[in-house]
Amino acid sequence: MTDTANPTSLRTTPLDALHRELGGRMVEFAGYALPVQYPAGIMKEHLHTRAAAGLFDVSHMGQLRLDGAPQEIIAAALESIVPGAVTTLKPGRQRYSMLTTEEGGIIDDLMITNAGDHFYVVVNGATKAGDIAHMRPLLAKHGVTLTELTDRALIALQGPAAVTVMARLAPGTEELAFMSGGAFAIDGVPLWVSRSGYTGEDGYEISIPADKAQAITRRLLAESEVEPAGLGARDSLRLEAGLCLYGHDIDTTTSPIEAGLIWSIAKRRREEGGFPGAAILQKQIAEGTSRQLAGFKVEGRAPVREGATLHSADGTEIGKVTSGGFGPSFDGPVGMGYVASAFAAAGTSLIARQRGKDIPVSIIAMPAVPHGYDKVKKA
Amino acid sequence: MATLKFSKDHEWISVEGTTARVGITHFAQEQLGDVVFVDLPAVGTALTEGGDAAVVESVKAASDVYAPVDGEVTAANADLADTPDLVNTDPMGKGWFFEMTLSNPAQLDGLMDEAQYKAMIGE
Repeated sequence: MTDTANPTSLRTTPLDALHRELGGRMVEFAGYALPVQYPAGIMKEHLHTRAAAGLFDVSHMGQLRLDGAPQEIIAAALESIVPGAVTTLKPGRQRYSMLTTEEGGIIDDLMITNAGDHFYVVVNGATKAGDIAHMRPLLAKHGVTLTELTDRALIALQGPAAVTVMARLAPGTEELAFMSGGAFAIDGVPLWVSRSGYTGEDGYEISIPADKAQAITRRLLAESEVEPAGLGARDSLRLEAGLCLYGHDIDTTTSPIEAGLIWSIAKRRREEGGFPGAAILQKQIAEGTSRQLAGFKVEGRAPVREGATLHSADGTEIGKVTSGGFGPSFDGPVGMGYVASAFAAAGTSLIARQRGKDIPVSIIAMPAVPHGYDKVKKA
Repeated sequence: MATLKFSKDHEWISVEGTTARVGITHFAQEQLGDVVFVDLPAVGTALTEGGDAAVVESVKAASDVYAPVDGEVTAANADLADTPDLVNTDPMGKGWFFEMTLSNPAQLDGLMDEAQYKAMIGE
């Protein structure tokens, strides 16, 4: 009845010793030993993040530096492999996009930042080796060099108090607009700080030289608003926020249009194409898709998990759950899944079938918990 | 005087005569984390040693709870519907799962006593 992995054979992040000191329960994730929770537990870590600030180690994620060519060449090279608009991304601005297949599927989702004299890209940990193998030759055709920043840690400080904490330690970070980043320092340690995250809250993602990661993390944890939070809370927070998890809600068999990520594809790119799978995605945009990713809530308290099938009132299978669990802030079970488009409207009643039991669920608009992003400041 | 036994799957069973109460151990609830729902068996359900008896849901995952011995469910802990966190706060007491009859009491000999269980979990 335990799911604890033996972490001894796994890769470790620069914060490994700190996690163990803090009592983190280490599990395998993306080939790394990472804390699923600390002694406070997922529920408290989740709620504390929504109320104040949670600190997450996301050093398993791939941090990539793209350089070797002028910025406009790197931007154009990126536009040949992602559907997002990159050539219009101003210095210091960050954008969410994805690597697409020729069939319009998703190889991975990623964050692209115009860092001024290079591009900085963050990809998922579990997929980074494949992403790099995919991207490197395609970028090299444009003279762009891809380097994985293996000597850097990445942490996320998330929650409404994150801005106060960061303003105290790294003055100026409070002026960063949502989805923008810049070079800052804490105690003289150079950092790349972006106003972004994966919890639905305001917050920051902070790239740190690996040998300084523990010192900076300890400095942040010493602030009264900040508590460590593990992978469990990260998952329940992103689920309530309606954010897709690669390998679950999106993969090579799902398209960005089906996944409701059309907002990430600028009008120019929808019209011009010029990225893998463009023709298929253009057709989906024009004609609609037969299925859509939708959020749902559950009648009762039993979480409906990934893999449960979704059925219409007459019992016909019309979809499948891709993420599901308990939402501590939502105060009830919440999930996402692909459903036939006729059943994707908010308010639609469905049946989830799990372990031979039928559980009534209904489609809700996502996010289940409103986003707390600071969208007031403009870059 | 009740007899307390433990399974290798971290269930406890407290036996008095031919009936018993079953729950999960303190170690198990710690491993699970915050319990948000318990799917309990209906009264009358026939249980088989090592077979599925209940499902305990934490924020993170669903975990099976197995029947430590053969028997039939006679009661389920109704308090867990509204306060599933009793499994975390009082796993050996108010956080019990279900009560059952024992159709083959000799199976108890295959379970651990408290000292053996503590040795297994390294306490």
